[in-house]
Amino acid sequence: MRKRFDIRVQPGFAMIAMFCFFLLYVPIFTLVVYAFNSGISIARWEGFSFRWFVAAWNNNLVIEAAIRSVQIAAIAAIIATAVATLAAIATTRTAGYRGLTFKYSFINMPLMVPEIVTAVALLILFSRIKVWTGYSGLGYLILAHTAFCIPFAYLPIRARLENMDLALERAAADLYATPFKVFRYITLPLLWPGILAGLMLAFVISLDDIVITEFVKSAGQETLPTYMLGQLRRAITPEMNAISTVFLLLSLAIVTIFFFLSRSNEKSD
Amino acid sequence: MRKQQELAIEVRGVGRVYGDGAGQVTALSNIFLNIRQNEFFTLLGPSGCGKTTLLRLIAGFDFPTDGEILLYGEDIAPLPPFKRPVNTVFQNYALFPHMTVAQNIGFGLEMLGKPKHEIAARVEEMLALVHMEAMRNRKVMQISGGQQQRVALARALAPKPKVLLLDEPLSALDYKLRKEMQVELKRVQAETGITFIFVTHDQEEALAMSDRIAVMSHGEVRQVGAPWEIYDRPAERFVADFIGETNFLAADVISIDGPRTRVRLFNGTLLDATYPVDLMPEGKVTIVIRPEHAQLDTPSSTAMLNGQIEDLTYLGTDTHIRVRLPDTSLFTIRQQNNRVGPIGFSAGDPVSLNISEGAAQILKD
Ligand SMILES: Nc1ncnc2c1ncn2[C@@H]1O[C@H](COP(=O)(O)OP(=O)(O)O)[C@@H](O)[C@H]1O
Ligand SMILES: [Mg+2]
Repeated sequence: MRKRFDIRVQPGFAMIAMFCFFLLYVPIFTLVVYAFNSGISIARWEGFSFRWFVAAWNNNLVIEAAIRSVQIAAIAAIIATAVATLAAIATTRTAGYRGLTFKYSFINMPLMVPEIVTAVALLILFSRIKVWTGYSGLGYLILAHTAFCIPFAYLPIRARLENMDLALERAAADLYATPFKVFRYITLPLLWPGILAGLMLAFVISLDDIVITEFVKSAGQETLPTYMLGQLRRAITPEMNAISTVFLLLSLAIVTIFFFLSRSNEKSD
Repeated sequence: MRKQQELAIEVRGVGRVYGDGAGQVTALSNIFLNIRQNEFFTLLGPSGCGKTTLLRLIAGFDFPTDGEILLYGEDIAPLPPFKRPVNTVFQNYALFPHMTVAQNIGFGLEMLGKPKHEIAARVEEMLALVHMEAMRNRKVMQISGGQQQRVALARALAPKPKVLLLDEPLSALDYKLRKEMQVELKRVQAETGITFIFVTHDQEEALAMSDRIAVMSHGEVRQVGAPWEIYDRPAERFVADFIGETNFLAADVISIDGPRTRVRLFNGTLLDATYPVDLMPEGKVTIVIRPEHAQLDTPSSTAMLNGQIEDLTYLGTDTHIRVRLPDTSLFTIRQQNNRVGPIGFSAGDPVSLNISEGAAQILKD
């Protein structure tokens, strides 16, 4: 049998692929290595040490920003996932009707609108509200993060729902389960991996956000990314590398969990 | 004589129309059915004729646009699915993938709020009924298709429904397993005494399993009757054609004598034929004769029909012989090979045909 066209065996493909990986991973690798530099430079290696991790750990500003980031991400992710779950059920557990496609687009719009536009819009809106109410707490950041996290949480949940056989819910209703019990004993347990995936995706997206946060935050509401951005404008020390490395490990951990969850998804389908 | 049986389900003038305007689809129209208690009742018809729709109306997943459905005399229209004492075995089983075999079987009782010990006892009873005791703690993804079928049956039977609905439950199984499960289903029905409404598009399956069959086409019930009635006394061309092989012959009605009618075939032969109760035969009619209800013989002037063998198909247990009649139509005969060796006819031979007494039936159309 003749082999069909396969991009992997075309000349140059391997080279290009290697080059792209190189471009992507070498800077990250360098960043991680220099996090362990004992000197003050991020370009000249002077020896191995944990001093910059210790420095970051002892830097109140870093710890505060980190705690704030995790707080915002956790609350925003939970609210966004709850809303996304309801939205996903409402948009999949219904017969198709005119306007349904519009709803999909509406939910996913934040993915299309340039982030900077959303940021400016929220800045204007929130500054008015701040004047009216006098409130200037973390609520604005949490609200903004919740808003742009919803579509990210929505996607895996909706995918999971669409793969779920409607007959299962019908079978449960047939076996005397009230609509609430159908949701509690059938839909929710089967949806759970999708919900967790959505939650983690939303968490990572929120943790990582800089544009909207930069515009919406009030004074003294630095998150880890905005703090780092501020520092980079001054002198750069391996402390930034150390913070980034911890950040990277955290993300890797979450992605790994995400991977195992989506694998268990496939197995049970 | 069996005692006068109660009606489990009465379907009265039920219709279901989907959509509106130009895109309207009539899935069911004017269905009348009386399904008796303890009956193995089959809805038989080609794909798309409305069988699933009718089951969905009975289960409560959908609502009729016309008519009403009674369960033991009570209109079930106001009851949502989870309040109807009716359970379903779904076409693809719809077993809960996150539960074990035993949990699946116990689900209905659990939802009904039955006490734990009662559920456990009933689950054991059901596991035994479908011979699945050894599998009780398996996840449903870890058992075979035939075993899933048994679990689906046990799950639907566990809450002791008044009526069990089965939507083509055997269609996903291979031939041998399907034959086994046919016997199993009959046994389970007899043991539990629950009324079964069974859906299939397989006429052989319907004949083999049912107490009575309703033949459906295009959203209508064409005929209801015991398997032999459906097979030997089809009321119309669709039923005769859909169930088994058949021969159609044109005839003229001569006289009516009670349940029998005297008809004349194209060659002048006179024949007695039965006819559907709601028909008053007159003029030109079509009669049907099953291939096994005619016998082949050497040509003779006293035979009912004479013709010439067109072709023969040897099938081991029997032989199919197609005979070309003088009016150019083909008449198929199925002859059992009850003697060893060649059947003694070959293509081109002149032959005669005799139709068994009482085998001819007049169609409505
Ligand atoms: N929800 C629906 N909307 C529109 N048409 C439907 C719907 N459900 C069934 N139908 C139509 O009704 C007819 C009968 O379908 P069904 O009851 O599934 O047939 P069967 O089970 O005998 O194969 C088909 O023509 C089908 O297209
Ligand atoms: Mg069907």
